[in-house]
Amino acid sequence: MKLWKTILAAAVLSLGAAASAFAARTDLVIGIPLEPPHLDPTAGAAAAIDEVLYANVFEGLTRIGPNGEVLPDLAESWTISDDGKTYTFKLHTGVKFHDGSDFSADDVKFSLDRARADNSVNAQKGLFAQIDKVDVVDPATVKVTLKNPQGSFLYNMGWGDAVIVSPKSAETNKEKPIGTGPFKFQNWAKGSAITLVKSDNYWGAPVALDKVEFRIVPDAAAAVPALLSGDIQAFPFFDPDSVSQVKGDPRFHVVIGSTEGETILAINNKKPPFDKLQVRQAISFALDRKAIIDGASAGLGVPIGSHMSPASKDYVDLTGLYPHNVDKAKELLKEAGLEKGFKATLKLPPPTYARLGGEIIASELREVGIDLEIIPVEWAQWLDQVFTKKDYDLTIVSHTEPNDIDIYSRKDYYFNYDNPTFDKIIAELNLTSDEAKRKQLLGEAQKILADDAVVGFLYELPKVGVWDAKLQGLWENAPIQANDLTKVKWTD
Amino acid sequence: MTMRVDLPEETLAGVLAKAFGNRSFLIGFVITLLVAAVALLSFVWTPYDVTRLVIADKALAPAAAHWFGTDHFGRDILSMIMVGARNSIAVALVAVGIGMGVGVPLGAFAAARGGIADEALMRVNDLVFAFPALLSAIMITAIFGPGAVNAIIAIGIFNIPVFARVARAGALAIWPREFILAARAAGKGMTQISVEHILPNIATLLLVQGTIQFALGILAEAGLSYVGLGAQPPMPSWGRMLFDAQTRMVTAPWMAIFPGMAIVVTVLGLNLLGDGIADILDPKSRRRR
Amino acid sequence: MTAYLLKRLIIAASTLVLASMVVFAVMEILPGDPARLMLGFNAGADQVEQLRNQMGLNAPLVPRYLHWAGGLLSLDFGRSYTYSVPVIDLVRERVVVSLPLALIALALSTIIAVPVGVFSASRQGRAGDALAMGAAQLGVAVPNFWFALMLIYLFAVWLRLVPAGGFPGWGAGIWPAVKSLLLPAVALALPQAAILARVARSALIEVLNEDYIRTARAKGLPYRAVLWRHALRNAMIPVLTILGLQFAFLLAGTIIIENVFYLPGLGRLVFQAINQRDLIVVESVVMLLVAAVIIVNLLVDFSYAVVDPRLRGRQ
Repeated sequence: MKLWKTILAAAVLSLGAAASAFAARTDLVIGIPLEPPHLDPTAGAAAAIDEVLYANVFEGLTRIGPNGEVLPDLAESWTISDDGKTYTFKLHTGVKFHDGSDFSADDVKFSLDRARADNSVNAQKGLFAQIDKVDVVDPATVKVTLKNPQGSFLYNMGWGDAVIVSPKSAETNKEKPIGTGPFKFQNWAKGSAITLVKSDNYWGAPVALDKVEFRIVPDAAAAVPALLSGDIQAFPFFDPDSVSQVKGDPRFHVVIGSTEGETILAINNKKPPFDKLQVRQAISFALDRKAIIDGASAGLGVPIGSHMSPASKDYVDLTGLYPHNVDKAKELLKEAGLEKGFKATLKLPPPTYARLGGEIIASELREVGIDLEIIPVEWAQWLDQVFTKKDYDLTIVSHTEPNDIDIYSRKDYYFNYDNPTFDKIIAELNLTSDEAKRKQLLGEAQKILADDAVVGFLYELPKVGVWDAKLQGLWENAPIQANDLTKVKWTD
Repeated sequence: MTMRVDLPEETLAGVLAKAFGNRSFLIGFVITLLVAAVALLSFVWTPYDVTRLVIADKALAPAAAHWFGTDHFGRDILSMIMVGARNSIAVALVAVGIGMGVGVPLGAFAAARGGIADEALMRVNDLVFAFPALLSAIMITAIFGPGAVNAIIAIGIFNIPVFARVARAGALAIWPREFILAARAAGKGMTQISVEHILPNIATLLLVQGTIQFALGILAEAGLSYVGLGAQPPMPSWGRMLFDAQTRMVTAPWMAIFPGMAIVVTVLGLNLLGDGIADILDPKSRRRR
Repeated sequence: MTAYLLKRLIIAASTLVLASMVVFAVMEILPGDPARLMLGFNAGADQVEQLRNQMGLNAPLVPRYLHWAGGLLSLDFGRSYTYSVPVIDLVRERVVVSLPLALIALALSTIIAVPVGVFSASRQGRAGDALAMGAAQLGVAVPNFWFALMLIYLFAVWLRLVPAGGFPGWGAGIWPAVKSLLLPAVALALPQAAILARVARSALIEVLNEDYIRTARAKGLPYRAVLWRHALRNAMIPVLTILGLQFAFLLAGTIIIENVFYLPGLGRLVFQAINQRDLIVVESVVMLLVAAVIIVNLLVDFSYAVVDPRLRGRQ
């Protein structure tokens, strides 16, 4: 009896939903590929945390805009001292956390001090490394003093890892995130979905959506039917490989933007025979970037010749350095004394670009005599074997952190690349805030990496977003991994 | 359930006549032969090279040039199914081999010795059976890494208790028989009796179980490959073809349909064959299965 | 009888203990560091070490096993590394998906299989029997994930009758929740139904050849009445046995189907946990599933003893 009532009620409800569909919708189901391990952006590296919470639930002093620009957020404005070491932030007033408590300069000091503390578990501690001290001037003013001038400081403060949290809820944010943003957390059905609802006492411009559900859809195979059946109305990070399935369907809006994801065939530079420059160059010549992009990324994605996003203002086009040339590759291998070819392994993490790209690259390298054994690994193993222990020959991975060319200068990084000239340029870059000088240094850095063929530079990972054609305001590009819903609305 | 199976006291011609009069056997035999022939043929000839990617020809619909169409890398699906048959058969066959090679001696030994040995074997059997097979196979490949060899091991391990159980049950039914008593009286040892008298008498039982496990092995391999833990590229496998196909169901359904059919037909053939053999050698079992 | 039951009980308990050791040992040799996975690319070695200490991963082996095994007994499964919530909470959230899914699949399987089995048995050797058993053979041969794929595109994408995947939660109402479990249940039920139909048929045929059935028929009872009222009831024992085993299998064996339909069930929880090296979740859930299988087997053993008095003397 009760069951019938429920069914009847459901039927009535769905009729009601149909009637109200004439007014603009205010609910949204967004598909995300990975479930966040927890919901505290200041305590984990997983991009999935930011994809749900950044700009929606949590806000920082600054924030990154849709095109990668630095925008004011909780800090309404700021001044920088002449020596570039002191930043004075003027904060918005009347801002409340979702638990009703007031936001003030004390929270900023708490958050920054917590992030850079010795026992901090912040995944991007480097962002705060230059901070010398944080002083509360008055409830609406914060002064941050740096050890050295840092050109990227304002940008750093816009990362999800630098959002402002309240001391009251900092310890429980993992389960029940409390921020200052336009949406507040409602529910997390683990393994299934995270629901946010509109926050009524938001300090800024009100948002159009009342309720947003982030539904976890781990693989592309499930994403396609979920979109086609209307269960899920938006996939801001859709698998490029599957885009052909919805392209041309008028119900959907397919947006191809750019990311900061340099997709590379990483090479273990210390492991013979990859320690030989000719061998690495031979690999670069053997790669047919167009075939890789066509086969692994549905033809989407811009080829790169070094470690920089083509969308960046500092980008130098070096793709002409190693055109696809099988003969040249064979010649170089011969010079290296490997005319008979050799065997090596290719470890592939789970994403489609790696698994599909790996198959294509294996077949391309086979043409020049390099016989690759493909070893698929889960992220856990990849981090352990490749990233930490450097037990690998070749691997494919997309480095999605923005402006991360400095990784090639890190000691003990998994490329095993060591070039003092390059390190010097990066050291100089870190101390430079002059734009023109930075551009010149970054150009030199890109050139060195390409000349050394440190890794096989493949393409910039495209950001493919697919969503209902009636939906507006989602980011087209992905300067950072986030789903900013503050401007999203249904048009009808 | 213990089946009493005797070696049929008939002539070969008689058995064959009966075999080809049996519908299950006939259909199963023909299908199995066909699949095996296709797999063998793939060693010397396939319409196209399956290790060569032709990205320009990707996702072509079935046509004269490619009977079953091409996949997302422009490979010929018919050729891939042919080579994939080789992979499926190899994995399932070796896994059955492991199961029989280890399980049958264990089962026979337990039946012969009885007592603690028997009890210990049954307890280990219980232990292995308590683990969900697919889950365990996933854990095994998580430890040793994915690949055809580890898939074989994962499937093979779970075949061991199956054959041990069948061999033990079969042997237990035969030990009390008179000709065994006679052999014992003649001074033959336990091992000798097991090899000379017990094994031949449970061979048909094992053959029937073997075909069933073979079919299950093909399904298991497909499942493991589908979750990415089976054979790795460039070796084609039916399960991974289905994995690759599932994101392209709208534009290239043939990528899913043909490999799926290949699995269904092969497993169907083997199961019919197994049923047929059981029918022919033990007509009474017809009722039971 | 009591001795027999007691022996079964002891065996089950010892299997459980052995299984827990195997599971724990397997977790120890699983490559990959959960702490590194949680912190990601940019964290330093000291941070990883700090987290490892925090998670208690650096404690010695035996105390860690005893602590874990002791916790299992008191239903304290520890805390998930990745979700940082008690494992028992995760399990509770997932069981409400997996259990109903298994039950619906089992119900579907029975509803399809028993009538087919009866039909086939009553027409043994005739065209109808051959057709039904041919269909059953086909059902056994179809890989369920492939079948699931076909179902999704037919019923969710094309006809739009049911969702293509996902689970709205029981809070969304009974019908939406059940609706989202229908396709996966059908995909799971088909091969099970095929197996069950074959078992039901052979069990029925066996019973139909028994003397008392012949007697009943000789007394002039109509065939249908004999079939449904007497034969079926007696053939239920092997059918129920298989159902018990299938239930245990369905609880644990739904990993692939839960992935295809991205259902937040136990199978996917373990699968994800293996990949994320959330070892405490893997150990606990695997133990739970193993325990389920052992308990079901124990119940089957008990039911044998109740049904078949001869067993009491044997063993």
